[in-house]
Amino acid sequence: MPCTVRIAGPLRSYTNGAASTQANGATVAEILADLDRRFPGMRFRMIDEQDRVRQHIRLFVNTKAATLGEQVRPGDEVHVICALTGG
Amino acid sequence: MAATLWIGTRKGAFALRPDARRRSFKLSGPQFLGHVIHHIVADPRDPKVVLMAAKTGHLGPTVFRSTDRGKTWKEASQPPAFRKVVDGEEARAVQAVFWLTPGHASEKGTWYAGSSPAGLFRSEDGGATWEPVAGFNDNPMRPQWAPGFGTPGGELLHSVLIDPRDAKHLYLGISVGGIFESADAGRSWAPLNGGVEANFLPTPDAEFGHDPHLIAMHPARPDRLYHQNHCGIYRIDRPAKRWDRIGNAMPRKIGDIGFPIVLDPKDPDTAWVFPMDGSTVWPRTAIDGKPAVYVTGNAGKSWRRLDKGLPRSQAWLTVFRQAMCVDAGRPLGLYFGTTNGEVWGSTNAGEAWRCVARHLPQIFSVTYAP
Repeated sequence: MPCTVRIAGPLRSYTNGAASTQANGATVAEILADLDRRFPGMRFRMIDEQDRVRQHIRLFVNTKAATLGEQVRPGDEVHVICALTGG
Repeated sequence: MAATLWIGTRKGAFALRPDARRRSFKLSGPQFLGHVIHHIVADPRDPKVVLMAAKTGHLGPTVFRSTDRGKTWKEASQPPAFRKVVDGEEARAVQAVFWLTPGHASEKGTWYAGSSPAGLFRSEDGGATWEPVAGFNDNPMRPQWAPGFGTPGGELLHSVLIDPRDAKHLYLGISVGGIFESADAGRSWAPLNGGVEANFLPTPDAEFGHDPHLIAMHPARPDRLYHQNHCGIYRIDRPAKRWDRIGNAMPRKIGDIGFPIVLDPKDPDTAWVFPMDGSTVWPRTAIDGKPAVYVTGNAGKSWRRLDKGLPRSQAWLTVFRQAMCVDAGRPLGLYFGTTNGEVWGSTNAGEAWRCVARHLPQIFSVTYAP
């Protein structure tokens, strides 16, 4: 059973505008890898080449802040949040 | 197909297209509204191909590619990125793709990109996929050449120049780090900063650590390079190894600080600069609020002010390093984009100026595509 991923506005150009999608994986890292398979290039905009979450991105599983190694269970909601920045 | 001035801004990409006589200019865009666009460069080997360096405030950096002169864009499938480090190594990540250079005429599809922090990348498929240039990025001296001591916008690798006579002969600049040269397609590099002042360093004749803002190679005389530095305007005629500070001939009250320098593609003795205030705390504005371009027609022996049509007072703008260019017309057209979102143009080599676009976001680059 896949989980639901809530997509932040700046990343919806990759999901054809969709605010949420389904993805498979046992960890947040696997969820993002699955997203990147379906929406190529999306992961690199969130995660840098050293596998660090970019400065203004935050990840949550349900309501809990999560790292890439956080476990995800079927039915969980993974939120990709773009923190307020810029001007 | 009309020529295009590509305008990269802090909030997206714009195109400015002159009519055949360069009397009116039609603005289109924005494309990628909200994206930070540092550089947009057309491929002289295939003018349908245009590459754009982009990021946003939230998201990581990328490159967009067009194969139809900018009508449609597709993201690089593998944007410039450093290699994954192993334990104990400095973990660097590309924060911005800052610079794009089409490869040598003989190497179709090859491009170079410079990043912040300083990194060099190469594509051999028209910008779809990029690989780090290990000879620079993993050079044992790189941590000293580019230690991350950057500009307010970060440490920048720019001015990747390719000798039109030899695809393996490259130059690049780092703000802050200096100018470097490779004779073997980027496998090895050596500093080329002799004669260049670095008044922010304790050593008066340091081998590296300088702050070149922009380097330009003359296309018809590739042994002649000019550069606008944090500490003056310089010229070198290779194989000389020391730069001459030709900015010493600028009027003393103006000085020779600025970001851009552009060359007349048909005359190696002619160059234009846009001086800015580098005094005290470095305001980086037009000097006294009176913008002016300066031109030399004798390789830097003397300079002449060109400000006809430009604001006469209270114009506290400046021009970033990629935001000044020439077109292919005769008389030569000159254009610059300002930090307050205006594009100024001249169709007589800078003798008279007029504003051809205004109310744009802060302009990072203005490039010409025939």
